[in-house]
Amino acid sequence: MQLFTLLAGLALATALWSGVQAVNTEARASYDSAAATLGEAGYDQLVSGDDQPISLETYVALRRAGWLVSPVIEGQINGVRLIGIEPLTAPSSLGPVNLADGADIGAFLSGRGQVYGTVETLAALDVTGSVAPDLAPNVAYTDIGVAQRMLDRAGEVDLLIVAPDQPLRQLALREVAPNLIRRAAAAGSDVGKLTDSFHLNLTAFGLLSFAVGIFIVNGAIGLAFEQRRPVVRTLRALGVPLGALIGLIAVELMLMALLAGIIGVALGYVIAGMLLPGVAATLNGLYGASVAGTLQLRPSWWISGLAIALGGTALAATGALWQLSRMPLLAAAQPRAMAMAAGRRAKVQGGLAAILIIATLILAATAQGLIAGFAMLAALLIGAALGLPIILSAVLAFCANRARGVVGQWFWADTRQQLPGLSLALMALLLAMAANVGVSTMVSSFRLTFVGFLDQRLSSELYVTAADANQAAQITERIASEVDVILPIQSVTMPIASIPTEVFGTRIHDTYRDTWVLLDSLDLPWDQVASGEAILINEQLFRRAGLNVGDQVMLDAVPLTIVGVYGDYGNPIGQAVIGEDLFVKLYPDVGPLRFGVRVPEADVNRVRSILRDDVGIPDAQMINQAGIKAFSLDVFDRTFVVTTALNVLTLAVAAFAILMSLLTLATMRVPQLSPAWAVGMTRAELGRLEVIRAVLLALLTAVIALPLGLALAWALLAVVNVAAFGWQLPMYLFPWDYVRLFGFAVLAAAIASLWPAIRLARTPPAGLLKVFSNER
Amino acid sequence: MLLTATDIHKTFHTADGPFTVLRGVDLALEAGESLALTGESGSGKSTLLHLIGGLDTPDQGQIMINSADIAAMDDNGRAALRRGTVGVVFQQFNLIPSLRVADNIAFQSRLAGRDDPKWNADLADRMGLTAHLRKYPEQLSGGQQQRVAIARTLAPRPKLVLADEPTGNLDEATADDVMSLMLDLVADAGAGLLMVTHSIALAERLSRRVHLRAGQVAA
Repeated sequence: MQLFTLLAGLALATALWSGVQAVNTEARASYDSAAATLGEAGYDQLVSGDDQPISLETYVALRRAGWLVSPVIEGQINGVRLIGIEPLTAPSSLGPVNLADGADIGAFLSGRGQVYGTVETLAALDVTGSVAPDLAPNVAYTDIGVAQRMLDRAGEVDLLIVAPDQPLRQLALREVAPNLIRRAAAAGSDVGKLTDSFHLNLTAFGLLSFAVGIFIVNGAIGLAFEQRRPVVRTLRALGVPLGALIGLIAVELMLMALLAGIIGVALGYVIAGMLLPGVAATLNGLYGASVAGTLQLRPSWWISGLAIALGGTALAATGALWQLSRMPLLAAAQPRAMAMAAGRRAKVQGGLAAILIIATLILAATAQGLIAGFAMLAALLIGAALGLPIILSAVLAFCANRARGVVGQWFWADTRQQLPGLSLALMALLLAMAANVGVSTMVSSFRLTFVGFLDQRLSSELYVTAADANQAAQITERIASEVDVILPIQSVTMPIASIPTEVFGTRIHDTYRDTWVLLDSLDLPWDQVASGEAILINEQLFRRAGLNVGDQVMLDAVPLTIVGVYGDYGNPIGQAVIGEDLFVKLYPDVGPLRFGVRVPEADVNRVRSILRDDVGIPDAQMINQAGIKAFSLDVFDRTFVVTTALNVLTLAVAAFAILMSLLTLATMRVPQLSPAWAVGMTRAELGRLEVIRAVLLALLTAVIALPLGLALAWALLAVVNVAAFGWQLPMYLFPWDYVRLFGFAVLAAAIASLWPAIRLARTPPAGLLKVFSNER
Repeated sequence: MLLTATDIHKTFHTADGPFTVLRGVDLALEAGESLALTGESGSGKSTLLHLIGGLDTPDQGQIMINSADIAAMDDNGRAALRRGTVGVVFQQFNLIPSLRVADNIAFQSRLAGRDDPKWNADLADRMGLTAHLRKYPEQLSGGQQQRVAIARTLAPRPKLVLADEPTGNLDEATADDVMSLMLDLVADAGAGLLMVTHSIALAERLSRRVHLRAGQVAA
């Protein structure tokens, strides 16, 4: 049983760790290949200020003016992002021709072109190109001329990559191409940076799962040593040197760790295979990062997986080996002696827990940045886990003192005595439950905020997109008298406080006054924005630029007062809202192509018909609010598929830890339970009490896990989220979710204890009598 | 008659095959009488004691205690018998490690619903345990632990006391001391005593002696 516990615990720990690491590595490999091929985040870019393509003439003018720029075009064909570049002018590291072995630059540049992509990507494009297996999925590269032809956009360029080394003398951009904006490298669009937080979360989860697994291993090793104590004592009494004994045990453990590690890495591969599609969906949904949905078997996983299995075993066994080395030769295995020894250890453990909790409080008041945030989380979780047995012991002592009945009194005292043997499993349960409470609170708070945010942002009943300015004018003209109001959606990207910001010119209407929730504002903010003297900014810009409400910022030399800050969840970059009149004055060439239409719900279909029949807007360009909300929520829900899966896995591992602890303890329990049975308690009664004991301990642990989980959620929302994304989420409580989790924990504990309890209830009297007799 | 055991058979099924321990044992004991059960190792003494104590069930035969047939009882019935009618003292003491001495002494009588704190205190006093009532079993010596076990057995005033080598783990002086106390207390309580022992000297202190050989009462 202990061998199984040891192998299973270690294999599970290794599996969860290496599975999560495999997912991380695979996802990172996908970004790396994307970044390595285009490297767009690493270079400044020139983009059009009015969302129009850059003309060939502008490109030529810039080159003549001394600008070392290289044109890029991109578009979608059959779900594939086709990117056309010009290799002769592109910065050297941007060259795609080194993507595939034996690439033919001649073919790349020639009229027939050469398309690079993975086998799947090339198949989706229905072209015969060069296979570049390291390319990001659903991304293909080709010469700009070929891309223009395939995308049917002859002579157009989407952006110009600016080479890092530019001539000393060159004309100013404003003089050569006044409609172009220079976007700084990695300005809010660096996928790697955005996804770092997600991967950090995954790694933290992997580490947590590994820690839970190591708790199991530690428990199994501790119990195995306890049971082997008589053998060790006999061997030592016979003259076997202590060093030789410890060495042999260590070698035995390492061999088992190696076996468990191999099983664990194989299991991890299966877990990664199951999680990766979810991760791909998450990263696509959250950041638009493309990740392959399939795994590659990498030798580094085997090495790191086996290393972590061996390291984890060494970590888990150190304490037991140390105890063994210091154990007096004649020390007997007494349960209460164990409890007393545990009591002495508890003092040290309690001191450590107190230090960690104080460190958590200090970090909570001062922590800034991801590392400090995660350090705070680690201190909080480890501190709470170490403090758990001490709190439980105090509660059980209190109950034992208050108990009146004889069975009750024995039950509490016996439960307290079992605590040292069960504490590691209970710590694992505490961590798993706290992670569940914390992450589900975070996700649910996120969802609630997100739904509110969608209601705010998608307040119009119908959204219409025009093909061009002419059609946009027709829309306004045709339906103006048919609807309550038409709200144009128009924006430009301009720097505010040196940060690239998407500036919206908004027709101030009650729609905004009624639905937008401002995190901070001055009086009558919308009226001030409508007057053209004020601006609203999103939280990201507010935090990143260190701005405050009441500050003044310059937008194209116009001073504007910040009159409010709004939440802008899921958006990585800065955003701002100014009045429509000011926007038109500043950017007269930017006409709105999208419109929000406020119209009674019952009239939506009628307005759609008018736009379709009279203005020629295709149905695909008219989206009703419900559709967008459903789509957005779907993206959101897929986003946290992985988190949910890991939550379930962690809880399952904790339940397994309890089961294994109870099963291994069961054999040691017989001498403690037999006297109670001999003096008149039935086996069934004892079995029932074993279940009640496990459920009670799980419940007590759950009660402690709740505040811990909420503290974890607060840390994730108020510290880690701000550091990772630049915005803080409000925290909501979800009592029914917690009640359900309590239910799961109790159920898991009850199920875990059922087997040992049934075994106990069915133990033949001869099994119990072995305790009493040396002969028959 | 307090105890009648008739034609008791018991076989254990081991990995090496069935192992018959008792082969038709007959035994009887009056109230207030004490009986020593002697025999070599493996002769079936402890097994017979366990069967009489309701700790196990015979394969064949009948055990009547106070006119109640143990073999006909279910698990709950046998547990009730162990709580109230029979008290067992084991060689290994088998105290409950998580309870203090005072709680160990009172445990069985409280289970039986016959807790008498005055009687418990009297027992503790006569056993010389008064100073140790708040200690845990492991903090006591072997002799002291066996005294706690005897006090626990006598606390519910059982009609039949069964003792399985109660002094087997004690030195000679302590064993003699503990034995005298137990015999006095059993006599005072008017209970029957059935004791398994290897010691001829000890057996001679009891009113009667039965010798088991290879699972049968020796002639």
